Amino acid sequence: MGLIQIGRHEKDGQSDVIVTTLERAVNWARKGSLWPMTFGLACCAIEMIAAVSSRYDMDRYGAGVFRASPRQSDLMIVAGTVCRRMAPVIRKIYDQMPEPKYVIAMGSCATSGNIYDSYSVVQGVDRFVPVDIYVPGCPPTPEALFDGILKLQERIMQKRVFTKQPDQVKLKA
Amino acid sequence: MHSLAEKIQQEFPNGFVKAVEWRGDIAVIVKREFLHDIAKYVHDDPDMDCDYMVHVSSVDWPDDEERFEVVYEVYSIRKRHRIRLKTRVPESDCIVDSLTDLWKGADFMEREVYDMMGIRFRHHPDLRRILMPDDYTEGYPLRKDFPVQGKGWRDTFEFLSEAQ
Amino acid sequence: MKDTTTKQVLDDQRTTIYKVDPEHPESESLPTLRTEELLLNMGPQHPSTHGVLKVVLELEGERLVKSTPVMGFLHRGVEKLAEDGTYHQFIPHTDRLDYVCAMYNNFAYCRAVEKLMNITVPDRAEYLRTIVAEVQRIIGHQFWLGTQALDIGAMTVFFYTFRDREILLDWFDELCGARLTTSWYRIGGVERDLTQGLIQKLRQFLAYFPPKIDEYVVFLEKNRIWVARTKGVAVISAEDALSFGLSGPTLRGSGVDYDLRKYEPYSAYPKCEFSVPVGKNGDTYDRYWIRVQEMYESVKIIQQCLDQMQEGPVMADVPSVTLPPKERVFTNLESMIQQFKLFSQGFDAPPGEIYCGTEAHKGELGFYIVSTGGGKPYRLKIRAPSFIHMGAFDYMSRGYMIADAVTIFGTYDIVMGECDR
Repeated sequence: MGLIQIGRHEKDGQSDVIVTTLERAVNWARKGSLWPMTFGLACCAIEMIAAVSSRYDMDRYGAGVFRASPRQSDLMIVAGTVCRRMAPVIRKIYDQMPEPKYVIAMGSCATSGNIYDSYSVVQGVDRFVPVDIYVPGCPPTPEALFDGILKLQERIMQKRVFTKQPDQVKLKA
Repeated sequence: MHSLAEKIQQEFPNGFVKAVEWRGDIAVIVKREFLHDIAKYVHDDPDMDCDYMVHVSSVDWPDDEERFEVVYEVYSIRKRHRIRLKTRVPESDCIVDSLTDLWKGADFMEREVYDMMGIRFRHHPDLRRILMPDDYTEGYPLRKDFPVQGKGWRDTFEFLSEAQ
Repeated sequence: MKDTTTKQVLDDQRTTIYKVDPEHPESESLPTLRTEELLLNMGPQHPSTHGVLKVVLELEGERLVKSTPVMGFLHRGVEKLAEDGTYHQFIPHTDRLDYVCAMYNNFAYCRAVEKLMNITVPDRAEYLRTIVAEVQRIIGHQFWLGTQALDIGAMTVFFYTFRDREILLDWFDELCGARLTTSWYRIGGVERDLTQGLIQKLRQFLAYFPPKIDEYVVFLEKNRIWVARTKGVAVISAEDALSFGLSGPTLRGSGVDYDLRKYEPYSAYPKCEFSVPVGKNGDTYDRYWIRVQEMYESVKIIQQCLDQMQEGPVMADVPSVTLPPKERVFTNLESMIQQFKLFSQGFDAPPGEIYCGTEAHKGELGFYIVSTGGGKPYRLKIRAPSFIHMGAFDYMSRGYMIADAVTIFGTYDIVMGECDR
């Protein structure tokens, strides 16, 4: 799925020449070193921490270096309930991240507000921040979060790097 | 009547209204003007000796003349007894004496009661909203006439237009 | 170490400003040095793991002069939502209050409603509740130890505690289907019984675990850095702690042995023998030591409960209040109707009000429920220990350094889900 073809010398199997497009190489580098930002808001943060610790090791997907500063990260995992009071902070931090940046809405509260249909909870973080991947669950197990990160990696491989993203996706007839 | 409630009635016959004992809990309803004195008695008297503030909360009874009820629950670590002091205030004049000089923990708890119900506390060192933002204008959330889903604050994002 | 001369220094220097001597403007005297306090915002997003808490710190150099906690970034309106649903429907909300120790919140809430409804829980259910509550206590303290050590800088302890925590989370997964937000307790008992496989796994864990606590402690107990960063930090006296309403290990560190499991015994605790560790100095090291000792005590309690437990029902038999067993709901029509009625309309609670406190990990978690009859609570107030501990934060942190602010969060064991509700 979007892997780079490695050319091999026919005589003795030693790797010789790597043949790929520049776009794929850049995307491969981007997906393999996603640096998330610590943005745990509520209970999902505990599962996110568990995903980084001993048993479920997120570092093997390249996404284990959690940066505290938005200027050094390219993935924001919004984990937990988004309250209206926290919304300007989330937006500010999203704006401070450099391109290319991705957002995963982890958990039902970030996706849609969950059971908190109350006066202070925003019904989903996608009301003010564009979201790439939604990971449902309350809380999603670390394996579910990995599923989300792997799907994000697939999406990254499909993005265009040196040309503009297409406005519409044309399906093959 | 329970001995604690009797003591309060003897000391403050004017301020004592009623005592209710139910499921092992003692609640003493007092008049608003005597609240601070009764609380001081409960804190200082060696037989009562209530040095631990359990919680401060409020209940809204919109059909009653005196709409809000402020509830203080205190516990004595040495004597191992618990007592609840309740008082009522009308909506037009919802001010109660603060008990922060007796129990320091009442500070944040009274701020929360102010934030959620709108009851003000006299002589409180720093009475402002605690859980809602300081400039929240829609009212006091835990009142019975406030809708669960709020009045639209949660869906308006004015910071977005500033950013873009 | 606490610096008590800060305030005096501050007052003298605050009024000194840049000025040229007005009497002699031609003089070449140097303008005097100006110092002022720095307001530093330790914002709602920060690397420490304690959730969305903002603290505005007034600093004099590195020393904290005043800290103002600003809360409410996770205020979900849970108390208002409680008035909108039945008593049974509130149980998942309680999970998410103190999300590190979900079972204990369920336990506290179910106890409160049982006090309101005057229901007695059968013996086996009491033992099961105690066992699972103490397992949750171990999980909670492991999480606390890992994150406190991580905040102070000892990363290895974090990986060790989380490794062992996963074993218990798997146990929870097998028990009730969820790792974190469990909702296994029900009003009147528990949802289902422990299987033989679970009991066996638990016994294996109890044999495996105490040497592991020694393993964690060996990194920290005599480590000079740990001792320097925790001894003498965030000291609070017993009277101040009581006046603020602190409870749990935070209060016991100062020498007061207030533990609701001993003062107002409930569930299966009176039948178990365990001791409550109490500190002396009221500093961070004592509170750390207390929590580690509590892990040993929890192991003892679980062992005794497993040995003493007899066969029996796991749910009280009060058909108007308690839920029918799940197997019968799908096969028996009356049980299905009972389940439907209890969840949609609720049971008929008597009018009155109660308060019920339970010894959770952080402190005394209490529910004050006012009922006017009917299926929905009229007012449900959650007495959250984290909220009350934040009230003492300013008092506790004066005179210490910024780096100690993170230690103080940890020693208070603050969880924002509970603090903001």
